[in-house]
Amino acid sequence: MTDVNSQGSALIRVEHLTKKFGDTLVLDDISEHINEGEKVVIIGPSGSGKSTFLRCLNLLEIPTSGKIWFNDQEITSQNADINKIRCQMGMVFQHFNLFPNKTVRRNITLAPVRTGRMTQEEADQKAMELLQRVGLQDKADDYPASLSGGQKQRIAIVRAMAMNPRVLLFDEPTSALDPEMVGEVLEVMRELAEDGMTMAIVTHEMGFAREVGSRVLFINEGKVQEEGTPEEIFSHPKNPRLQDFLSKVL
Amino acid sequence: MPAWMLKIGNAFYQSFIMADRWKRFLSGLGVSFTVTLGALAIGIVLGVLVAIVRTQHDQQKTGQKPNRLISVLNVICEIYVTVIRGTPMMVQLLIMGLVIFAASRNLIGIAILSLGINSGAYVSEIIRSGIMSIDPGQMEAGRSLGMSYPVVMKEIIIPQAIKNILPALGNELITLFKDTSLVTVIGLADLTKVAIQIQAKTYQAFMPFFGIAAMYLIVVMILTKLLGILERRLRRSDRR
Repeated sequence: MTDVNSQGSALIRVEHLTKKFGDTLVLDDISEHINEGEKVVIIGPSGSGKSTFLRCLNLLEIPTSGKIWFNDQEITSQNADINKIRCQMGMVFQHFNLFPNKTVRRNITLAPVRTGRMTQEEADQKAMELLQRVGLQDKADDYPASLSGGQKQRIAIVRAMAMNPRVLLFDEPTSALDPEMVGEVLEVMRELAEDGMTMAIVTHEMGFAREVGSRVLFINEGKVQEEGTPEEIFSHPKNPRLQDFLSKVL
Repeated sequence: MPAWMLKIGNAFYQSFIMADRWKRFLSGLGVSFTVTLGALAIGIVLGVLVAIVRTQHDQQKTGQKPNRLISVLNVICEIYVTVIRGTPMMVQLLIMGLVIFAASRNLIGIAILSLGINSGAYVSEIIRSGIMSIDPGQMEAGRSLGMSYPVVMKEIIIPQAIKNILPALGNELITLFKDTSLVTVIGLADLTKVAIQIQAKTYQAFMPFFGIAAMYLIVVMILTKLLGILERRLRRSDRR
């Protein structure tokens, strides 16, 4: 395992992260780091703790013990301003979680405006630019209910991007989509990756993980049981549990 | 003209026309409206506050240290809801009017406060069910974008909750309007009190009481209609 303390350029550092739900141990003493510009793909069987790990990174789940640094600031400390930190960490959810009571434009501009980072005009402009990039500029005044799953997820990515985050966390972004819509969402993510965005992605799309990931973590039973480049993980898996997992999903 | 028609005409005249009594009915109706609106405002504010405290408490995640302040507030809210829902409205009015504020002559203020406090207990349960009906993913998405809990509550959760609970809330408004007839017991001249006073003066019971029954009914029908329109407007975002 990499020595986490020596990582000067690590954007996110995780030390001895443990998470319990009641008596169930979900994350068992994980130490990890995510460097600027890295695309870390997290794979593993369901219930292994990979989503919980991702959700701990922006404190949607409060770690039971352990420390997390973002940009050299300890976010798990009592006096960390979590709202300010979350402004710099976008998150994309499995079920999109768009706000159904707001138009697409308001979905995107709400957070930048309400957190005081942009005026409404600046946010509107930014929203239109981003919508154009994902080809949905004509949906700006529609409500989420009128969109397809793939469109909703692209909007959700735009919503996260509108905050100009330093890192994007993806929690199974294509798992709730119809098969023919997976491609359009992965395409947007691929473009973001090419633009140099730092990304942490929990996914079951092994083809995408292989192609876009710069590093792959295999989480099982609350531990990172193997990590490496996509090549190492997918072509030369060492851990028998990983070999078994890959034989089932590939 | 047959005698029975004359009799009815005379009763109508005595109850509504003579001595400009229709004006008293109108002012009684005005008092009932004022009490309803005032109590509604207090009820919704109290209801939202209590509902937020109670959902905050219920949604505290297991394995986390419980927030002491929330726990204390939650106990206070539970006592409030239990006491108010467990005692008759008229008894609450009598206690407020004749015990707590016995020295005050501001009857309308006492009426608004009593009904508002009463309504808040019911509204809080309605709003709580509304907040609970919203997918937790909505709060997570809002918080993940860096917005604070109150902002997400105000912008995302409450508007959606209100939409879901509007029929129940409308029901509460109608109940509240009809319950204003109880303020008669503290001596406030609402619509019902006016009818009682006029009956006492004219010895005509039929006209005043059927008259106010019709007035309550018409107002409730208008309110029902307005709520229907509001509901349709709020459902706009659901349409494809």
